[in-house]
Amino acid sequence: MKVLRLVSVSYWLHLKMLATSAFEGVFQVIWPLFFATTAFLVFRQSHDPHALVYAGLGSAVMGIWSVIATTASGLLQRERWHGTLELLVASPTPFALVLVPMTAAMASLGVYSLVATLLWGWLLFGITVPVAHPVVFVLAIVVSIFAIALIGFLLSVTVVRYRTAWALGNLLEYPGWLVCGFLVPITLFPHWVGWIAYALPPTWGMAAIRSAASGGSPWGQIVMCLVLGLAYGAAGALVSESVLRSARRNATLALT
Amino acid sequence: MLSDPVVEALDLHRSYRTRTGILKRERRDVDAVRGVSFAIERGELFGLLGPNGAGKTTTIKMLITLLLPSAGTARVLGHDVVDAPRDVRRHIGYVFGGDRGLYERLSALDNLRYFSELYGVPPREQRQRIGELLEMVGLTGREKERVEGFSRGMRQRLHIARGLLHDPAVLFLDEPSIGIDPVGARELRATIAQLREQGKTILLTTHYMFEADELCDRIAVIADGTIVAEGTPSQLKGRVADGHVAEVETFGLPDGHLDVVRSLAGVRSAAVEERGQAQVLIVQVEPGAEVTSGVLSSIGGTRVGKVSAREPTLEDAYVELVSAS
Repeated sequence: MKVLRLVSVSYWLHLKMLATSAFEGVFQVIWPLFFATTAFLVFRQSHDPHALVYAGLGSAVMGIWSVIATTASGLLQRERWHGTLELLVASPTPFALVLVPMTAAMASLGVYSLVATLLWGWLLFGITVPVAHPVVFVLAIVVSIFAIALIGFLLSVTVVRYRTAWALGNLLEYPGWLVCGFLVPITLFPHWVGWIAYALPPTWGMAAIRSAASGGSPWGQIVMCLVLGLAYGAAGALVSESVLRSARRNATLALT
Repeated sequence: MLSDPVVEALDLHRSYRTRTGILKRERRDVDAVRGVSFAIERGELFGLLGPNGAGKTTTIKMLITLLLPSAGTARVLGHDVVDAPRDVRRHIGYVFGGDRGLYERLSALDNLRYFSELYGVPPREQRQRIGELLEMVGLTGREKERVEGFSRGMRQRLHIARGLLHDPAVLFLDEPSIGIDPVGARELRATIAQLREQGKTILLTTHYMFEADELCDRIAVIADGTIVAEGTPSQLKGRVADGHVAEVETFGLPDGHLDVVRSLAGVRSAAVEERGQAQVLIVQVEPGAEVTSGVLSSIGGTRVGKVSAREPTLEDAYVELVSAS
């Protein structure tokens, strides 16, 4: 109960912080739409309505990946700049528990990204995504966001030790678009890329969302997405204490 | 050694590794703290006094578990800072000086609510506790404003409220009055004195001698990573009380003259302090010695203003201790 309260109050306050900057707000609105538009314009050249639906769903999840992967790794960097990282570490709450609500607040922006991209595609490009199993479709989206947020959590842990690790998010953004099959089928890549792709929860999440929309059975993919996401989250929780100890040993907490 | 210390540091060491160069990178180890030992009794206000880079903040950060010591041990309320960091964190409050350390985009109230959660303050007690603390630091009525609009003094008071949310037994105050105007600093000193009266054990670092003199039960002077003196403010003052201090106001004192003054017979130590356009030579004089004429002749053709003599202060004791180290 105590943990639930800590997570919910912290989540709300971090969401409040993210929502109070007008500049960042506008940026978060434009960012996913810009890339979605590019994808729609490219895929429209094929004159195949199925390709546009493929791009519509792909760019929606692509937006979630971008928002969470890039900004989650920058979250703790912001805490460094504000001088609050040391205070968070100095509190008796386990550090993983401090990070979870922050990442969850960021994941909420991912939901916006998804909805905005689908609306944008419908309004400007006339893309309507037929959804055969709406409930399972929503479930696949929720699980995907949750799993991507857990990857963001793992990324943010590394920033505690290495002050420039925030760049990891930027580094992973574009490869993630390709490898997770958001816009290009994974089968087009060399065989070894598949091994990387299937180790990443968004690959399974994307496949589940497409499958639920087209009337297939996405349950196996949803489970895989969830299990892999939890594995990344567990890895983050496990390494967080040792990373923190390393930061205390190497005096990197106060560095900006 | 004291019987039941609340804070205990035993031969603490801390080194930092720095790197220089771009292509040919060289590593260098800097010893920031070199064998610091002290003990603080329950309810005591202990001051750690020293110049910039002396190792004050590094020492505090080891005690509050933000840094691991390179060697030595430290305990807070019997909990080892390396082996039981979470037990230490539960019982301590940490307040540092300056603008940072608050969420600018949140209100003062939200900042306090967030840290109340992190410190596990029960929800039923939170509202009352936050109200009391806002009252204590004089921020009642401003709690719904965003911190980004706060003055430095208001931020510092909010920092103190944040550090007290969980009613810690031990408080670490790292230069809390830095950059605050005189009125704000006086209010802050009153707050610190109030906390001592409530029975809190406090470790305070400061540059300001009068602050340490007014507040601290005991002071340790730290210079170059080691403690060079420890005692009550009167004991430290007593180290230089058997002499007097000569002050010579000069204008355009050339480099190198200080060493000449220091070598004069009867001079215990000497330092230069910039006061506006003037450089004031502060000379600690041995009992019974008369050095004024010698000092004036040693500085040659330098323009001289006021010359005076006075009783030694804690600051004089501090300057002598730090200069000698």
